[in-house]
Amino acid sequence: MFKVFMAFVRKEFYHILRDKRTLLILFGMPLAQVLIFGYAVTNEFKDARIDVLDYAKDETSEQYINHLQSSGNFIVRKVLVSQKDMEAGMKSGKTKLVVSIPENFSEDFYAGSPTQIQVITDGSDPNNANTLVQYLTEMTRSFQQMKRNESPDPYSIHVASRMLYNPQLASAYNFVPGTIALILLIICAMLTSLTIAKEKEIGTMEILLVSPLSPLLIILGKVAPYALLSFGNAVIVILIGFFVFDVPVLGSTVLLLGMCFLYVFTALSLGIFISTTVKTQQEAMMKSLMGLMMPSMLLSGFIFPLASMPVVLEYIGKIIPATYFIRILKGVMLRGVGLNFILFEVGVLLMMTLGFLLLSWRNFKIRLE
Amino acid sequence: MFFWTYPIKQETMPNTKVIQVAGLTKQFGDFVAVDHISFEVEKGEIFGFLGANGAGKTTAMRMLTGLSKPSSGKGKVAGFDVLKESERIKERIGYMSQKFSLYEDLTVKENIRFYGGIYGLSRNQIGTKTSQILEELQLSEVGTKPVRSLPLGWKQRLAFAVSMVHEPEIVFLDEPTGGVDPNVRRQFWEAIYQAAELGRTIFVTTHYMDEAEYCDRISIMVSGKIKALDSPENLKKQFKASSMDQVFLKLAR
Repeated sequence: MFKVFMAFVRKEFYHILRDKRTLLILFGMPLAQVLIFGYAVTNEFKDARIDVLDYAKDETSEQYINHLQSSGNFIVRKVLVSQKDMEAGMKSGKTKLVVSIPENFSEDFYAGSPTQIQVITDGSDPNNANTLVQYLTEMTRSFQQMKRNESPDPYSIHVASRMLYNPQLASAYNFVPGTIALILLIICAMLTSLTIAKEKEIGTMEILLVSPLSPLLIILGKVAPYALLSFGNAVIVILIGFFVFDVPVLGSTVLLLGMCFLYVFTALSLGIFISTTVKTQQEAMMKSLMGLMMPSMLLSGFIFPLASMPVVLEYIGKIIPATYFIRILKGVMLRGVGLNFILFEVGVLLMMTLGFLLLSWRNFKIRLE
Repeated sequence: MFFWTYPIKQETMPNTKVIQVAGLTKQFGDFVAVDHISFEVEKGEIFGFLGANGAGKTTAMRMLTGLSKPSSGKGKVAGFDVLKESERIKERIGYMSQKFSLYEDLTVKENIRFYGGIYGLSRNQIGTKTSQILEELQLSEVGTKPVRSLPLGWKQRLAFAVSMVHEPEIVFLDEPTGGVDPNVRRQFWEAIYQAAELGRTIFVTTHYMDEAEYCDRISIMVSGKIKALDSPENLKKQFKASSMDQVFLKLAR
């Protein structure tokens, strides 16, 4: 039986290695995703270009501007001379924010009377604008403290915040687990459903079913190579996360790999289920792209937090396997929790896997009847 | 000396029926796709299964090959019950569909090796089979080329050879010559004759009436029922027709 299985797996590897599209999805996609999420999609700012309109032009205002730049978040692109120049940089997209310092900046500041600094941002990109204003406010507050000789007002409330598990608020801590969840889902579910649909389309599935191979062996033979390759992909992404983006693995590595394996299994069963509902590769592609990739990306809590969604979307998010896997990954990798903390998520994934397999089995039976 | 002029299959023993079907029926909801068909096929016979598209040929064949469960009726293929022993049947039959059932991205040799492998042939057996098939089909030079690059006629004959890689007793061919030009069709039928002479039973569905003439016996299906079953000569006599085309037209009317 093992020899027959190996003959099947060998054939499947030929298919994978000779099909450019499959190769691209298998090896190009994980890399592209990690790089895109790692370098392009980020809500951290480094060296955001700002313009300064300095009416004061004295020592204090200069110190203030230097202080802004010292954080590494801002770089002064241009010192403006007139209010008229303000919009130009904004329109061309070269600057994200303009700081306008009033003429009597230092007098007011040292006299203790209310000092106002005007901040103008590009509201066409509200998320960025908000973040930039937050950074700027923070820097202004620290400048004030520094200047007033580190003697904070005894009556003011100070919020000492500390971001547990991700002190630098690095976005890699979010995208590495998310990317693993997406990649495994795409490779396992989409590629398996595609490869099974292909056998149906070219008519070889019938030949396989007429042969003494049991249907179970056919399915196992088809999915085993993909399980292996996607598991390898998960390990690669974890390694890239660890070495390139400094995402730690605080929990047990064995548990982490075990969880990846469980999720691979869930995704495979989902792929098999999709393949039992389609006749052509195109259908399989559409179903897995629209039905899996989009919701997993948008509704799993990967990009947008689940809790802030409308109730309907929140419930859809709750039936997506990736939602639970991302929670598991964050728990094990970032918070270093053990199995007892993620029992619920593991249970959900197990139930989903079982459900998909039962549905597939039912569909398969109907087809044979 | 008289005996030598007879084809080999006439010498086979009379009680070697490899397919026996009685009242086989397949129902999809209210629709009866195959309606109580009964027939027997002898070892080494070329048995043609004719009918228009949708007459139930393919459904009937799927029941015999274990792809589909009969709703009622009885059937035996290679001595095993189609209802209870379909797994045993599968080891003894070969199957080729109209889609040629080869992997286009695999080479000729890899295809033979794969199909040999899933039928449990040993490495040695596969090696012998491979060189035998390549030699018989004169494909030795393209053995390492992907099947995709072969002309349609070659693919079809290769698919037929591959369907017999495990030396099955019966080969089921589902419209094997669809879309192939008449010249290549004739070549293909020569291959079928060769296989039959080796004592292999050929069960073939077709909607080409000229191909029907090549069969030893044919059954003609019209809307799920077998309307006629005999040798082409007898059918033509029975329906007072000069060709199978006319026989078919008279039946379908």
